Amino acid sequence: MSARRIFARPARFAAIAPYVWMVLFFLVPFAFVLKISLSQTAIAQPPYEPVFDLTAGWGALKAAFAALSLDNFKLLGSDEIYVFAYLRSLTVAVTATALLLLIGYPIAYGMARLPKRWQAVAMVLVIVPFWTSFLIRIYAWINILQHDGLLNQILLALHLVGQPVVWLSTDSAMYIGIVYSYLPFMILPLYATLAKMELALEEAASDLGAPPWQVFWLVTFPLSLPGVGAGVLLCFIPIVGEFVIPDLLAGSNSLMIGQTLWLEFFTNKDWPVASAAAIVLLVVLLVPLLLYERLQKRQLEQGR
Amino acid sequence: MRKVSRLSRFNIASLALGLAFLYLPILILVIYSFNDSRLVTVWGGWSLRWYREFFSDRAMIEAAWMSLRVAVSSATIATLLGTLAAVALSRGARFRGRTLFSGMLYAPLVMPEVITGLSLLLLFVALNAERGFWTVTFAHTTLTMCFVAVVVQSRLGSLDRSLEEAAMDLGCNPVRAFVAVTLPLIAPAIVAGWMLAFTLSLDDLVIASFTTGPGSATLPIRIYSEVRLGVKPEINAICTLVIALIAVVIVIASLASKLSSSQGESAAPL
Amino acid sequence: MTDELPRTDAAADAAGDVRPAAGQPLLRIEGVAKTFGSFRAVDGVSLDIKAGEFFALLGPSGCGKTTLLRMLAGFEAPDEGRILLGGKDIAQALPHERPINMMFQSYALFPHLSVRDNIAFGLKRAGMARADIATRVSEMVALVKLEGLEKRKPDQLSGGQRQRVALARALARRPQLLLLDEPLAALDKKLRESTQGELMELQRRLGMTFIIVTHDQEEAMTMASRIGVMKAGRLDQVASPRELYEAPRSRWIAEFVGDINLFDAEFKLRDGHRLVIGTGGAGTLVVAEPREAVGETRFSVAIRPEKVKLSRRGPVSEAGRETAINRLDGVIADICYLGGTTTYKVKLDTGGMLQASVANSARLDVDAYSLNQNVVAWFTPDDCVLLPS
Repeated sequence: MSARRIFARPARFAAIAPYVWMVLFFLVPFAFVLKISLSQTAIAQPPYEPVFDLTAGWGALKAAFAALSLDNFKLLGSDEIYVFAYLRSLTVAVTATALLLLIGYPIAYGMARLPKRWQAVAMVLVIVPFWTSFLIRIYAWINILQHDGLLNQILLALHLVGQPVVWLSTDSAMYIGIVYSYLPFMILPLYATLAKMELALEEAASDLGAPPWQVFWLVTFPLSLPGVGAGVLLCFIPIVGEFVIPDLLAGSNSLMIGQTLWLEFFTNKDWPVASAAAIVLLVVLLVPLLLYERLQKRQLEQGR
Repeated sequence: MRKVSRLSRFNIASLALGLAFLYLPILILVIYSFNDSRLVTVWGGWSLRWYREFFSDRAMIEAAWMSLRVAVSSATIATLLGTLAAVALSRGARFRGRTLFSGMLYAPLVMPEVITGLSLLLLFVALNAERGFWTVTFAHTTLTMCFVAVVVQSRLGSLDRSLEEAAMDLGCNPVRAFVAVTLPLIAPAIVAGWMLAFTLSLDDLVIASFTTGPGSATLPIRIYSEVRLGVKPEINAICTLVIALIAVVIVIASLASKLSSSQGESAAPL
Repeated sequence: MTDELPRTDAAADAAGDVRPAAGQPLLRIEGVAKTFGSFRAVDGVSLDIKAGEFFALLGPSGCGKTTLLRMLAGFEAPDEGRILLGGKDIAQALPHERPINMMFQSYALFPHLSVRDNIAFGLKRAGMARADIATRVSEMVALVKLEGLEKRKPDQLSGGQRQRVALARALARRPQLLLLDEPLAALDKKLRESTQGELMELQRRLGMTFIIVTHDQEEAMTMASRIGVMKAGRLDQVASPRELYEAPRSRWIAEFVGDINLFDAEFKLRDGHRLVIGTGGAGTLVVAEPREAVGETRFSVAIRPEKVKLSRRGPVSEAGRETAINRLDGVIADICYLGGTTTYKVKLDTGGMLQASVANSARLDVDAYSLNQNVVAWFTPDDCVLLPS
């Protein structure tokens, strides 16, 4: 028995309510997703079959089990639309994450080099946009990027372009939107590691004869890798499943997997295929998800 | 004296550009919400016209009211559950299924919203629950309690454990030690967790779209369907109001936590 | 907890009366052990502490001294052994059930409470009346000289003031036993020295029993009436500061407490109450016969640097005593001026290195030795301590 344990015995009971909640609203729903992904579409309510009816007796239940199949997954694997959607999601996520790192790193580095007092202010300034609505931020860019929007007006006024550029419904618009929305998620973990780094390390490196770019590559960057990892995961994972930004800003000729899932669900009312798409998406994200969970835990436990 | 900072021109430039990038679009949106012109791109002078338009739009007002109710109730439940979870994880003894528990708490933080939304909908359909206010509230609670748990847990983690020991040494049993010492010290984190949960709920489009029923759209769902049809000045006004609301919540909450941590900084330090 | 007898401070001494019977120690630790995983932090410690003692647990970090202290406070429960306070076993009692208070190394002041409320915290838990709490708090504030700062929050205090609040808070309940975990570690050197004096003065005035944990041997020597030296979970030696310094029981303690010259030695012959030994670096030495026989033939001989005298020609030889004095010829190899004393390292002709600490008793350095100067180092047989290797 240690002090922690004296405290820990009652504290343990605090887990009961949230535990039950998470099992009911997080774990159990996944069982449903899995089950329905193995079902068939039906014109009924709910729009799939078989429906497990526990009151129908053992025989009916067995028949329902037998009716489950992997057809939806076969469809996902064979239909080009889905394969392309997964590939596009990954490509967009990789590209956007790289852009975020490229843009976020200098900002985080600049923050970490501010005087202590200003660092806190800069941190608040980076977080505040995160508090304003996601949707509103995308909408703000639609305002700017539309045909006769501010960006085109400025470009025309400066005579940089002869006629309005089409921004909306292009990949550039989507990347702008993603970078804009996810930038705080990249900056904050980077800043956290960079701010903790001792300035003396960089000074020692230059004292030992390293020019500035080598100081960065040989000392600063390697030491900031934990932050880079956290930032990359924090951005990459949700971007793969992103729906709103590509839906509002990118063109409709190639879809990301989040959009496909949404379309199957809301427009085609094909719940089983949507569920199968969700399962595949989850499997694709499993490795980065587990990595992230590890990272989170370690960071929290280091605080003790 | 030690050199405190080493700001190069590059540092300053990247900071300034970064902050401009983050703030200009929102600023432009706010300014244009006061534009009298129907054409979003032409400046027609200052006006509150689009705010009047919004306040006479019944459907929008109803959606906003629904969103507010969902946000307040889900944030409150989530704060309660998330705080309990954080206490159990950072102070509790090991228990069966602890790894599963913490895994369940971390996963929704990064889980694509389409998956969370879809899975919750399937649950509600299977339970034959009537979809509307409560289903959205429960769905948002599930998502946001994880954020609350992380915020509170990190505060608990940074707390000196000997404070609780000192309280016990001075005659508190463990529960009283928690109430008298730990709780007041993590109060700011709990408040921050509530704010985070509130704004996340107010913000959410995807999960709400899945879990709500006909006739009970939230504000983001309505905004989204309007935006898909093109830019409307009224939307600018609504967005500005939402931003103002969130700003007020942040200011009130940070004032409250300042007050509760008392005159601290303002009084002359030694 | 039941208070059967009305006492002057009945309400205040929340934790009941545990006055030891006459001749009994206040605290008796019996074969206490604690294991963390596979690490045996405390390995069978037994110790008696009398009421009114100022006891120091001294040892390097990781020796188990803090774990032992935490077991006394109730934050850890021993795996083996008993802890008797006034004859009652408290080993399994919870912290808030013990009439013992602790002053934490980090002070653990509640940041959300004022100085006054921090000090009153334990009194409120004891269910003391409001007016009594107010009286006791102002008493405590006066005791640690914090008048005028009662309304401040801990983050508005200096390090020294925080230390006083922590002390006042722990003393407010008038515990039978006060535990202090590295209480001065966070203070700078000057403040630490004056606080040492104040702590001793306070302990004497209140007649309380203090147990202090420290890794600083000077601190332990200055303050404590008795010191227990811990190493790897065991109590190596329990003794008064003087005994610890002049008669350490092991080579390890001799080195841990103060500076020392150590030579490997071998027994040669006995001459009355004197032993003649051969050493590795210092040739043949005559030493006093130890009180307890050093069992082996191979051992170490230890001489404190301030016992070594230097001179240009050696001591004036007196008939009969000449053989009794150890004279070693050498040359000054290193000089370290420390203000009050100067430490010389003497390279002996016999091969070893000998440290001598000489008081700078005159302001002008007419007597000082210079580098490479030939000197004679000498010390008496009684200045030598024989230690098992």
